[in-house]
Amino acid sequence: MKLKHISSLFGAAAIAAGMLMGSAASAEDKIGFIYVGPVGDHGWTYRHDVGRQAVQKEFGDKVKTTFVESVKEGPDSERVIRQMAADGHKLIFTTSFGFMNPTLKVAKQFPDVKFEHATGYKRADNVSTYSSRFYEGRYVVGKIAGKMTKSNVIGYVGSFPIPEVVRGINAMTLAARSVNPNVTVKVAWVSTWYDPGKEGDAAKALIDQGADVILQHTDSPAPLQVAESRGVWAVGQASDMSKFAPKAQLTAIVDNWDGYYVARTKAVLDGTWKSEDTWGGLKSGMVELAPYNSAIPADVVALAEETRKGIEDGSIVPFAGPFNKQDGSVGAAAGEALDDGVLLGMNWYVEGVEGQLPK
Amino acid sequence: MLLKIEKRAEYSRVMVYLTPIIALALTVLSSVILFELLGVNPVEALFQFFVAPLDTKYEFSELFVKATPLMLCAIGLSVGFRANVWNIGAEGQLTMGAIVGSSLFIYFPETESVFLLPAMIIMGAIGGAAWAGIPAFLKTRFNANEILTSLMLVYVAILFLSVLVHGPWRDPQGFNFPESQTFSDSADMPILLSGTRLHFGTLLAFLAVLGAWMMMARTLIGFQVKVIGEAPRAGGYAGFSQKKIVWFTLLFGGALAGVAGLSEVSGPIDQVLPSISPGYGFTAIIVAFLGRLHPVGIFFASLLMALTYLGGETAQINLGLPVAVTGVFQGMVLFFLLASDVLVHYRFRLNTARKVAP
Repeated sequence: MKLKHISSLFGAAAIAAGMLMGSAASAEDKIGFIYVGPVGDHGWTYRHDVGRQAVQKEFGDKVKTTFVESVKEGPDSERVIRQMAADGHKLIFTTSFGFMNPTLKVAKQFPDVKFEHATGYKRADNVSTYSSRFYEGRYVVGKIAGKMTKSNVIGYVGSFPIPEVVRGINAMTLAARSVNPNVTVKVAWVSTWYDPGKEGDAAKALIDQGADVILQHTDSPAPLQVAESRGVWAVGQASDMSKFAPKAQLTAIVDNWDGYYVARTKAVLDGTWKSEDTWGGLKSGMVELAPYNSAIPADVVALAEETRKGIEDGSIVPFAGPFNKQDGSVGAAAGEALDDGVLLGMNWYVEGVEGQLPK
Repeated sequence: MLLKIEKRAEYSRVMVYLTPIIALALTVLSSVILFELLGVNPVEALFQFFVAPLDTKYEFSELFVKATPLMLCAIGLSVGFRANVWNIGAEGQLTMGAIVGSSLFIYFPETESVFLLPAMIIMGAIGGAAWAGIPAFLKTRFNANEILTSLMLVYVAILFLSVLVHGPWRDPQGFNFPESQTFSDSADMPILLSGTRLHFGTLLAFLAVLGAWMMMARTLIGFQVKVIGEAPRAGGYAGFSQKKIVWFTLLFGGALAGVAGLSEVSGPIDQVLPSISPGYGFTAIIVAFLGRLHPVGIFFASLLMALTYLGGETAQINLGLPVAVTGVFQGMVLFFLLASDVLVHYRFRLNTARKVAP
């Protein structure tokens, strides 16, 4: 037990207060991060925090990174963002979609502070947006899942039916059916980004309905743990979750924000920061795949690698036609591919996904 | 049981007023140990929790912004609790109030009438009250336990909100994201202090505190609530209707929770989101008891509760403390306050009565 601080109690409180005021005057630039989940979620927030640590490591004493975790989307987030801005942070990353409007409101009041909002679509002179083409990773995973399934049913644990999540379901389904046309995809919505209990229950329900590969667009490793105990395959989300499911995890779609965070921090320190929109994928390294499970046959690994390289060099486009929507109408005709505008507002399923998209 | 708890026949008036101070002292002492174990300077940590969140005008105003929904919900609940009507569903009534109130803006977004906001507030109150009316009906008609029915209706309300925001209420320009369009100026709560988020809803909360205080102290219905709560049979002999009190307290609590919900969406949130409250309706139950079910007590209790949230955020930013420590710290504050309250009114005694051999 450390008791060295006890002595400070006997010191005058004024000294402590003075010390606090003084600490703000140091030369380092403060870079803030606001997280929607706990840093220990092993998924989304965890990967953002790894990015924060990369910034701290890269710039050492020149910057001080701070973060607030488990910030509720809504009025609380505006207060936390504002507090960071008022506190002298130079650059603030707000890492959840729900922080969009609060970020913009605070940005208006602090024109000299730079803001970076993840996964949103509203920008301003001092607000950039950034996101990853996670669907590219899911397309690769879809090829593996389509080959590995025996029951031809793939289960998908969804968070909220927003375009980002629907895009992932569709990309995975297109890829899986391109190698195995008998595949159908069942989706279970849990209405949360992080709730291990609900996520695990959804995975159980999907397995009970015949799914033998479980994918997820939620942040905890619970679905993988269920897959591990029930002896089916699963795919990790946001980070390599193999330690939770060493047998079940086929691979994982890994978010890598390190390079982006370091580059944007550098831009602020150099004074070259500009408001822009970044949507990086496999090629830029913002999306990575965790090591493939050794149980995957060599030809399937080769197929996955071929797909990954194809997406990187542009020879494979996940949303290239011909494919149909769930209702049988044309999603994209042969020789066409969906543009980013359509992808950003995607609110329909492709053929092969079962059930109705909640509207 | 070796120990038993029994009510003190006489309790010390002095102690009633001393308990908050004793509780605070105990909290400070044990948090020193907690922060020592974490390797954080305790003086600095306590400073970050209780003083730093209040050192500017803006931050001071935030305290009231955060306390507003807690105050409104807790005042509403406390009246029911005084009558032994256990409404646990303020969170759902808050959500319903927000839905019904903001529907006016959603369906008439072009309206610039000055009556829009007042109408929304009234609709918010009606929405919350109507939602609380369901447990009231089930209780008075079928004697269904209101703890269960009001709690279950929370989830119904939250899912109903989710259906609306994911569907018909989505912002047409919003790329299908589950958010409504942002409210127009005529649907926004007026700001009371420029440069802050302090809004008209806070004034409504103050009015609720004063109104509830007057009602409980001066009016017949307040008297009936207290009598039914403390001595239901005496109330019956006096001709007070138990059913009427159930209806009244639930509708009253629901209306205030509904106003709380509306003042959140048309105040600091400024749009309808899939989730509009981080559990204010549930936290308000703690606030109500922390304030000893008295309006003035609730006023201070909701400010204290709000301060622990703000302090937790400050401690995270400035000291890098994990959010879990904030939770532990909040828990300690509440534990000591409520525990010392119990000890004023009750005492522990060694159970000396021997079991008689059969």
